Amino acid sequence: MALLELRSLGKNFGGLAAVKDLTLDVQAGGIISLIGPNGAGKSTVFNLITGIYAPTEGSIVFEGRVLDGMRPDRVTAAGIARTFQNIRLFSFMSVLENVMVGRNARMHASIADGALRTPRATSEDREVKRRAQELLDFFGLAPYTSEWARNLPYGMQRRLEIARALASEPRLLLLDEPGAGTNPAEKQALMRLVQSIRERGVTVLLIEHDMQLVMGISDEVHVLDYGEQIACGPPDQVRHDPRVIEAYLGKGA
Amino acid sequence: MKRVLPFVIVVALAFVPLLDRNASHISAYADTGGLVLLAFGLNIIVGYTGLLALGFAAFFAIGAYTYAFLASPQFGIHLNFWPMILVSAAVAALFGLVLGAPTLRLRGDYLAIVTLGFGEIVPQVLQNLDKWTGGPDGIAGIDQPRLFGFGFGFNPVPYYYLYMAIILVSLWLLNNLRHSRIGRSWMAIREDELAAAHMGINTTTAKLAAFSLGAAFAGVAGVLFAAKLSTVSPSGFDFNTSVMILAALVLGGMGNLPGVITGATIIGLLNFLILPQATNWVQTLGQQLHLASLAGIDLNQYRFLLYGIILVTVMLFRPEGLIPSATRRAELHAEEQSGAPAQAGA
Repeated sequence: MALLELRSLGKNFGGLAAVKDLTLDVQAGGIISLIGPNGAGKSTVFNLITGIYAPTEGSIVFEGRVLDGMRPDRVTAAGIARTFQNIRLFSFMSVLENVMVGRNARMHASIADGALRTPRATSEDREVKRRAQELLDFFGLAPYTSEWARNLPYGMQRRLEIARALASEPRLLLLDEPGAGTNPAEKQALMRLVQSIRERGVTVLLIEHDMQLVMGISDEVHVLDYGEQIACGPPDQVRHDPRVIEAYLGKGA
Repeated sequence: MKRVLPFVIVVALAFVPLLDRNASHISAYADTGGLVLLAFGLNIIVGYTGLLALGFAAFFAIGAYTYAFLASPQFGIHLNFWPMILVSAAVAALFGLVLGAPTLRLRGDYLAIVTLGFGEIVPQVLQNLDKWTGGPDGIAGIDQPRLFGFGFGFNPVPYYYLYMAIILVSLWLLNNLRHSRIGRSWMAIREDELAAAHMGINTTTAKLAAFSLGAAFAGVAGVLFAAKLSTVSPSGFDFNTSVMILAALVLGGMGNLPGVITGATIIGLLNFLILPQATNWVQTLGQQLHLASLAGIDLNQYRFLLYGIILVTVMLFRPEGLIPSATRRAELHAEEQSGAPAQAGA
């Protein structure tokens, strides 16, 4: 059984089929990339997995559990975390608080605990803070701990979003165009980062446009075009697939 | 210095009724304390969670009338004041859930309009169900608190200390909440609700919790108000009152407790003390100068003009309020700093 299975997944918006009959397996421990021209439906797939949309057809199975249309907060509790194409940090909260919020799914203190500052609340907060600081160290964000998220340089904001996603200890991490807007040095660092995330036991599903990044770290690449999968396989095989080339460059290339 | 200041202020406030013996002054101070409690409640909803609620006085009304129903000649029920504080808080909290629930999927303007609607409905209902609520005249002869055989009556001093005690306890609770899991969840929702959901935050329960806890504060304020005045009527709970509470938040600075206290204190003193005093003063002056226009003036009628001017002026020149939370100041001046639009949860 694969970690994540998409079975004939489909999503229609009115008359538009954003995703059509998509069947795809993500094996645990891999780094899998989802590529395709703009508008191919890649982010829609992520939005279906995390519960922003409910599938029109087909289903999503994670670790044997059917996810279809499960609310985002429950999807995170189930073990899937994500980043967003246009960074969605909590701008006016500190870097540390952003990551602490990321761990919310694993916290148990109730509102009453919080209001009365019970030992349960204070010891849990202490632990969450400690773990958050560990993540900040791992991501090289420690110097920014008390800074507001919005004050970080762009590359650091992207890292923070990933750190925040890892705070919930997911088994599957969805990265939506993590390389967008990064310079070559940041890109190299990002590739190393994704690999070290995999080494921590987290499976990574990645949407990317940057071919160097995709080819550099992926075990497997799936290509979408107009909502359908047109190719899948190891990076080298996919890059030479004529259908893929045609999808990116248009017919007659 | 910063750590000692709150203690100094609390001690100083404790001495106020001993130094200023004027009963109507002390009554005004006590009523100001009531506005502080109301502002605490609205701050949870608007300041922490970013939900623009315009009809907050409805919960104040519910708290007050719940006590009025259960501790007056109206139905012949006379429950004890002290447990009624918690009962009214609970009833108001329940209505917080009821009135908050329809707003959960709404954003910004629509949320504001729906809460505005509820703010209008509640006093109307109280006015129209006259068989039970006493209609426009309301309910009079409401029981007043007794403590250890000592009856508060219409003496403002015990109410002053009671408000102070409740405010201090509330400050402790609110400060704890702000730095807890739910406090961070509220702020995350304010910043970006979709991302907050992806952090495993159940935004539905968090928002409902904000509404009901905020309403609970208004409920407590309602009981104290009804007991002190021994009368309730719908006119004290209309949109104007909601605006006054919101003005207190905006003036002082939303989202941070010192700011909320400051704003509520200023608006409260203006409303309960300064304008009535100024009216007396101007009327007396008018009598002395034989100017009928001055002698007949009632500055109290101008208070909503004044709150409106305050709101507009604050929004133009210092939208973050007098004592801003650093967050709010940065949010509102971000456009000037970076030229990029500030992100705000709508």
